Amino acid sequence: MQYYLGVDIGSVSSNFVLMSENMQIHRKVYLRTQGNPVKAIKEGYEALKSSLNIIGDSIKAVGSTGSGRHLAAVLMGADVVKNEITAHAVAASSFYPEARTILEIGGQDSKIIILRNGIVNDFAMNTVCAAGTGSFLDQQAARLNIAIEQFGDLALKSRQPVRIAGRCGVFAESDMVHKQQMGYPVEDIIMGLCEALVRNYLNNVASGKKIEDIIIFQGGVAANAGLRKAFEKVLKLPIHVPENFEVMGAIGAAILAMEKMNNAEKETCFKGDSFILEGDFKTSSMECKGCPNQCEVVCIKRNEKALAFWGDRCKKWEATIKAYPEEDRQLSV
Amino acid sequence: MLITFPHMGNVHIPIKTLLKKLELDIVAPPPITQRTLELGVKHSPEFACLPLKINIGNFIEAMDKGADTIIMAGGWGPCRFGYYAQVERDILKDLGYDFQMIILEAPDSNVNQLLNQVKAIGERVTLWEVMKAVKFVWHQINAVDTIEKAFEFHLARTSEKETAEHLYKTGLESISNCLSRKEIDTVCRQTVEKFTKLPRHEQPILKIGLVGEVYTILEPVCNFNIVSYLGHLNAEVSRSIYLADWINDHLFKGLIKKSNRRRIYDLASPYLNYWVGGHGRETIGYTVGFARQSFDGVIQIGPLTCMPEIVAQSVLNLVSEEEQIPCMTLYFDEHSGAAGVYTRLEAFTDMLNRKKKADLMRRQGRP
Repeated sequence: MQYYLGVDIGSVSSNFVLMSENMQIHRKVYLRTQGNPVKAIKEGYEALKSSLNIIGDSIKAVGSTGSGRHLAAVLMGADVVKNEITAHAVAASSFYPEARTILEIGGQDSKIIILRNGIVNDFAMNTVCAAGTGSFLDQQAARLNIAIEQFGDLALKSRQPVRIAGRCGVFAESDMVHKQQMGYPVEDIIMGLCEALVRNYLNNVASGKKIEDIIIFQGGVAANAGLRKAFEKVLKLPIHVPENFEVMGAIGAAILAMEKMNNAEKETCFKGDSFILEGDFKTSSMECKGCPNQCEVVCIKRNEKALAFWGDRCKKWEATIKAYPEEDRQLSV
Repeated sequence: MLITFPHMGNVHIPIKTLLKKLELDIVAPPPITQRTLELGVKHSPEFACLPLKINIGNFIEAMDKGADTIIMAGGWGPCRFGYYAQVERDILKDLGYDFQMIILEAPDSNVNQLLNQVKAIGERVTLWEVMKAVKFVWHQINAVDTIEKAFEFHLARTSEKETAEHLYKTGLESISNCLSRKEIDTVCRQTVEKFTKLPRHEQPILKIGLVGEVYTILEPVCNFNIVSYLGHLNAEVSRSIYLADWINDHLFKGLIKKSNRRRIYDLASPYLNYWVGGHGRETIGYTVGFARQSFDGVIQIGPLTCMPEIVAQSVLNLVSEEEQIPCMTLYFDEHSGAAGVYTRLEAFTDMLNRKKKADLMRRQGRP
């Protein structure tokens, strides 16, 4: 069988999927990035590889997305490198062509995507505030000593949600502490937090957007039953959560890779097992002294050979990659 | 007297020429860098908008190089810009700098007032020479606009983006060194010709209108070089503001050439019928105009906390729906991250491309 590999390296989680030609998900892997995307990519790939038959199975193309998409592209050799908004929209519209609204809440960003006739019509992404995203919920769960997996179910037990100020993460937290000290039950506080976050999302990210049925809720936070219920309560519309809600970004990347391969007859850029698993990848950074801009330039090296540079506004470091063949690239930063 | 001025995109080219023609000594501020921004942010009120912070940075860097006189544009109205020259003077005086500030205010009714303002700076030349200088510089400004427009058009279409960027840079440099109008015309023509000869790619081209606040539109440092980034994504950008228009409308009150302001205001109606300060009304007017010229999308940009653009943004949702044009708004301040901006721009162009493809397929009767 031939598979398309989709990789979504996010701030909190790193997701990998193997998708067949007829868009069946053969294998999915959901890992915590834990601040080390290189390690996450290696581990994720290793886990996927175990499900492939050595004879007969191959990877036809690779797509990467998420905030770590450029790193993943360098480490694995991606055919498509796409932003997470497009990837999520493509995945949702492929599985739910009749969907009209996608709510997507990830580790550090939240988005709303408006679809009309299966095509993205409008989108928005949080700008200044990360309240209500996965990492904030993580933090609150840890503070209350509740496993994040049980957070949502506990919220559902609430009979009378407490009103929490959800304007910003910091205020929400101090208001939660206040309500705790007043003696409100923990499940009511958690449900109150869920409702506050939903209001915050609808007033900021989704402000001015027309939310219409069918609504798809995806991203890691969709696992939280409390938030799902809060959305349904505020919007007064049913919320649909896809089967693979937590890896929709990776699925989108795989679909984009497939589209690209179908449109152009070309060889995949995929680097193969030994490149990814046996290489010693290191990153280093420096402040370029070339001009007063003082860009922070990052260099990715594999076995001491520079693979990629980024962060330079004038692109002079990036250009060295094109200028020298791989063997001669002993430049160090 | 060593004169300096604030940066705003390519505005330094005509300003330098004008001051030289008036036989004045100038100290241009160094190009805007991270250091400029840091200096500005450190000495400005936090909630002032980005242009003020960059201005302050420019002035400090220029005065450290020896400048003792600042020329700054004035203005009036709901937008805070009209007050910036005064605020900047106070901030710099408090920092202990010793300098003189000349504020150019738009004339109320006649051209003599303006000429007298310019004359006040040009003590060393006759009024006749002042008029000649203004005429020459106006020619230069139009040449800069021509090159900018050619760059925007060809960058989206060529496969050699780097060459186009290089052509643009060298073209502007030669324009700033020209001594006669004839020379400017030649350089201008040659540069445009070189642009036309660049190899083209076969990919579809998007047409995107860029509307919003003047400083953010004109100054690439302020907008993460949005024009060039979109050009690399094969999107041709048309701006609502070019240098000549701004100078004509803002400093000369439409005295140099016939302003198209009236037409833009007509387009903005009935969505926004009032002057809300800054370029709020223009933002709406141009968006409607771009929509009716079947552009693929419009991007509104401005500095964070820009009141006129916030007013325009709240009207933009309705315009977007009624005129059937996708719109996106981006605000910039010193905390903006390039990754976030580029992610949104890429997603926006992806959206437009997919939409265009779907529309085409629908028109051809395919599912």
